[in-house]
Amino acid sequence: MSAQATCAFLDKNYFDELCRRAFAELKEGENLFVRLSAESSQFVRINGARVRQSGLVEDAHLGFTFVLRSQQGELRQASRTITLSGLSYVDQESVRGALHALQKEVPMLPVDPFAQLPKNPGSSHAEKKGALLPVEAAAETLLTPLKGVDLAGIYAAGPVVRAMANSAGLSHWFSTETFSLDYSLYTPGQRALKGTFAGTQWNAAEYARSIEGAVQRLKLMERKSLEIPRGAPRVYLAPAALGNLIAMFSWGTVSEASLRQGDSSLRLVRSGEKKFSPRFSLAEDFRGGEIPRFNEEGELAPEFLPLISEGQLKNTLVSARTAQEYGAASNGAAQSETLRTPVVAPGSLAEVDILKRLDTGLYLSNLHYLNWSDKPGGRVTGMTRYACFWVEKGQIVAPIENMRFDDSIFSLLGGALEELTSQQEYLPEVGTYGLRELGGMRVPGALLSEMKFTI
Amino acid sequence: MSQNLKQALKSISVAGRMPQMEWAGFREVREVTTLRYARDGKPEANDTTVSHGVMAEVLVDGHFGYAATSKLDVESLVQAAERAREQALKSARFAVHRFSIEQRPTVQAEYFSPRVKSFASLTPGEVNELLVKICGKLKRSPKIIRTGAFVQTVETDIHFVSTNGSDARQSFSLITTDFEATAQEGTVVQKRTDGGMRGRSHQGGWELFETPDLWGRVERVAEQSLELIAAEECPTETTSMVLTPDQMMLQIHESIGHPLEIDRILGDERNYAGWSFVKLQDFGKLQYGSPLMNVTFDPTVSGEFASYAFDDNGVVAKREHLIKDGVLLRGLGGTESQARSGIPGVSNGRSSSWNRAPIDRMANINLEPGNSSMEEIISGVERGVYMESNRSWSIDDFRNKFQFGCEYAKLIENGKLTRTLRNPNYRGITVPFWKGLKKVGNATTTGVYGTPYCGKGEPNQAIRVGHSSPVCLFEGIEVFGGAS
Repeated sequence: MSAQATCAFLDKNYFDELCRRAFAELKEGENLFVRLSAESSQFVRINGARVRQSGLVEDAHLGFTFVLRSQQGELRQASRTITLSGLSYVDQESVRGALHALQKEVPMLPVDPFAQLPKNPGSSHAEKKGALLPVEAAAETLLTPLKGVDLAGIYAAGPVVRAMANSAGLSHWFSTETFSLDYSLYTPGQRALKGTFAGTQWNAAEYARSIEGAVQRLKLMERKSLEIPRGAPRVYLAPAALGNLIAMFSWGTVSEASLRQGDSSLRLVRSGEKKFSPRFSLAEDFRGGEIPRFNEEGELAPEFLPLISEGQLKNTLVSARTAQEYGAASNGAAQSETLRTPVVAPGSLAEVDILKRLDTGLYLSNLHYLNWSDKPGGRVTGMTRYACFWVEKGQIVAPIENMRFDDSIFSLLGGALEELTSQQEYLPEVGTYGLRELGGMRVPGALLSEMKFTI
Repeated sequence: MSQNLKQALKSISVAGRMPQMEWAGFREVREVTTLRYARDGKPEANDTTVSHGVMAEVLVDGHFGYAATSKLDVESLVQAAERAREQALKSARFAVHRFSIEQRPTVQAEYFSPRVKSFASLTPGEVNELLVKICGKLKRSPKIIRTGAFVQTVETDIHFVSTNGSDARQSFSLITTDFEATAQEGTVVQKRTDGGMRGRSHQGGWELFETPDLWGRVERVAEQSLELIAAEECPTETTSMVLTPDQMMLQIHESIGHPLEIDRILGDERNYAGWSFVKLQDFGKLQYGSPLMNVTFDPTVSGEFASYAFDDNGVVAKREHLIKDGVLLRGLGGTESQARSGIPGVSNGRSSSWNRAPIDRMANINLEPGNSSMEEIISGVERGVYMESNRSWSIDDFRNKFQFGCEYAKLIENGKLTRTLRNPNYRGITVPFWKGLKKVGNATTTGVYGTPYCGKGEPNQAIRVGHSSPVCLFEGIEVFGGAS
């Protein structure tokens, strides 16, 4: 039995029928956007290579944005999201109820000068089938290769749907079937390394190899750890660590609205006061097809959108609303203007040369709990985590005690950036707040001449 | 709907229907969240979310399996219980612990949030009018480049029934308010909000928004944003530091609440939020901070954001001291963590909604008032920094090395608040920091705050917590300023 067997809300015809009924409720001057996020998920939470919690979640949210156009052309809008059950008689009634609530509410609201009317530049359809573990076999399959290993983590699997439609006739559908085991392995002395085994086609042999490789790497962590004093040593950020830093660009940084409203440090780049290294290039790259290109309004993002090219700010993320407010051109960004599928361009540092080029300094596999210590100024703080080592003369000496850094992104990705690796790594998104997130980022490792550590 | 839960319970209780079932429960959650936000005097969001579903939990062979469904008819609820049973059955022989029905005690209770003015008493138009008016009042200078006003209301109804006789309901009414002004002078940009990071989160109704001090607070936020762009950077030095309740909230949350969660100490959270420096053997022994430090777990405070009558495991809510006179006494562990660890815990098995299983969470974690007045605290400081309202937070995965930042600060010189400082930050290590607690304000200095955004768990769960605290004085703290 598969987890998704009973979920009607994962079916495109079901979505189309609900949309058809919703649009049929509209009167003169009323416009509608409809969005669907749906999933049927299995979660197995693991601690000490044992099952801590296991369960199934069927969940679907249908969101409406209702836009009322007055005879004078003024727009008012509100949104309402409901839970779908997959029972058509229940959901059809819920849709009707949501629309009636919006029809009552929206005339009371002030004019919204930046509201969008539906357009129909062309629909899209993408459907990816996976080969996932049967839900009843998951616990045994996951845990059998873990004998004698201390592993903690979360296995999440099942179909996921993102869809939207509007009353101008536009319709986008994206469905996929994915799994991920996001895990940490531990030594008896509580040293850890991080791993992720994810994809769309479960392969037992590959899984066993992946765990075995991680167990071998964990042995390095068994050495006695060193306490490194605060200072500014040379640093190698492995791809996951650079990925942690790049994720901060979603906290308002590459957002055009944030830039215009004084909340992004990129305003200092736009004004020429700060710059990134010519080695640093950041883009949104949808060509892998892991996530949908459409946004909440149904606009399609370009397949490839350079944001920072060789240190120069080329584009920011511009949503339809921001475009309207500031007279800019929308580039199909999400309303949040956050990164959806970021890629950092590789450099020329070969993997075999990483330790040699680092010479003496810190090798950092992961960073943790990053936050802006001065957001408009571009200063960021965070911790080291997992497999982080002190390296001397190109040789790993020992793991380190966790350290806190506090440094400027204009140094880390500017003057201090010596080189990027020639190989990128794909880091799948494994977040599950509310729903299972999709996609990931592709980044290389980065060699830095210095990084400031404070405690 | 309630009848469906009970009927489904009856169906699965029929002998032979659910082989090996030791216990089962259904928890129905219906939640309506309305977020309204105006920016620069224009409506930016008027969003309502209605979430409704049921979590079925079944205990088989010592393991709880779960299945969450939004199909609310009797047959679908029974099917959800069957799926939960199968999950339990297939995982039981790999489980971390053999649980029993003792982890799901019988509860029969009712809870209603205190509320004076219902959310229906203002129309969406009236709420928008108020938000737009706040933006207008905040825009008191061309140097203010952005204004915003935010309100989020939540109404949650929970009904919990189980095969061992639980039948309990809770109705929550919650409100979070905030407003902000961002000012710019040349390249200096400073944002001031009403308590930092949506800290004004309480149980109640519109009476908590339209308060007598509302317009005074609006004026203060605008004024202080302008003050900050003309202020000097917070100095870099090791000094005395005074924190107000809207920053103490974050300090308590990150460096007391999370490290005391027993599931973290047991390693459940190691792959996500992290572990804890606290060990099971530390309870009853560890001197966590100065003798002035008294911390309670208290979901019984009327109006505090995370008050309730029972947790999602059915355990009746009760006030407990976590730390008394600086000594660590008790952990934040629900029934399952208590069974695994043997450590006394609290009623904190909580889930974010119907689609997530309960885990150890904070509820209201409060620092109890001391004896010092505000004047006594400030007048006793020869040199130091006074900080208000959180804006940045980061702490390591063992909850030791932290760095926090605030929106607004004042220099303290010779017992008086003097010059305004911008970009105030400080860092420390949890136990030495709390041992540096030198004065705890009395009840007149206490503020009650909360947040809707405490993140934890796999799958992830964002949950509401409350924190009350008086103003506090710490000594020997590293403080420093911003990027420039």
